[in-house]
Amino acid sequence: MSLANPYEFFVDPSRCIGCQACVQACSECDTHKGKPMIHLQYVDRPQSVQTVPTVCMHCDSPTCAEVCPADAIKRTADGVVQTARKPRCIACNNCVLACPFGVPKMESDFQLMMKCDLCYDRTSSGLKPMCASVCPSGALYYGPRAEIERQRPRSRPINTFRFGNQTITTKVNMMVSGDSAAPFVDVTAAMHDEPVGLDDVGLWTED
Amino acid sequence: MQREDSGTTHSPDQLSVPPDGRPYHDQPQWRNDFPIDWPHDELVARRDFTKFLVLTSLAFTVGQVWIAFENFARRRRGEPPIRPIARVDALPIGKAITFAYPEPHDDCILIRTAADRYVAFGQKCTHLGCAVTPDVPKNCLRCPCHEGAFDLASGRPTAGPPRRPLPRIKLEIRDGVVYATGVEVRAS
Repeated sequence: MSLANPYEFFVDPSRCIGCQACVQACSECDTHKGKPMIHLQYVDRPQSVQTVPTVCMHCDSPTCAEVCPADAIKRTADGVVQTARKPRCIACNNCVLACPFGVPKMESDFQLMMKCDLCYDRTSSGLKPMCASVCPSGALYYGPRAEIERQRPRSRPINTFRFGNQTITTKVNMMVSGDSAAPFVDVTAAMHDEPVGLDDVGLWTED
Repeated sequence: MQREDSGTTHSPDQLSVPPDGRPYHDQPQWRNDFPIDWPHDELVARRDFTKFLVLTSLAFTVGQVWIAFENFARRRRGEPPIRPIARVDALPIGKAITFAYPEPHDDCILIRTAADRYVAFGQKCTHLGCAVTPDVPKNCLRCPCHEGAFDLASGRPTAGPPRRPLPRIKLEIRDGVVYATGVEVRAS
């Protein structure tokens, strides 16, 4: 596989400061005015200020497209999974339920699934995605792989994920600690872990 | 890199990997019929096709109506109007009235020569354009300027300088009203 575009997208949740700049920038885009396609997730909000920006990971085997009964979700030749095609989308929500990363959202006003398409109008002509162009802390980075490896030697990009028994490889990379040797990121790991700190106040008991 | 491992040699732009990772020729037919990759997708959606059919049929229908209307309009175009001149009972035998037909300045004359015989001619003498007057007992139309005369039945010149007949107005009688329906211009 050789992509004409040497730039790649890197998400580094540990750098996210939750400023919502990406959300605002995304919703200013004329192709989906007022509707942000990036989701800023709060992780365990009572206990932590950690936030995670969620863009579409652009899977090599897009689960959203696999489950689409209307054949509406398409992946362009450069590996970008697009928003559902308007003439085909039947607003069935299958993709919303199936995506391992929770990216697609149903816009019930339009009866159309809309999701991050990596700012296809911008990136296909060499510009950065809106979110990556405004992120003040570098949690969203769009550029050459060599550059981010040089800038962040203590992290490493990974694009393999596990969701239950499903292994997912993606076009978008996630930055993980350089110390970890894990070959993949377990997307659902947080669901099985004991919630941090809740046992101290007696809300959580193991048995 | 994952893609090369999975052996997708189906086509260079067949990017997406089936979930089981097997090559495309091992995949069920529906996966080739409904490809995820945009370049392989046939872009005509059923809804697009239906829209195309409906709009094209509508265009043809509108076109047919327009053609029918045009034919109707073309058949009537350029024809002189059909215009009532006088009621039959308002015109005694042997009398004449003048009227304008088909344009307001085209003066004409209608003469009742018998109970059921009407003739109408353009009133301009074909010599120099003076107004002709009927002389029913002598069975002619006279031009006072140069003593021209025309036959009352046919409008053909019988005396004096005129060489061409008067234009004859075609008449039709419907329900007791005399209508002018056309102009017959004759060369001789």
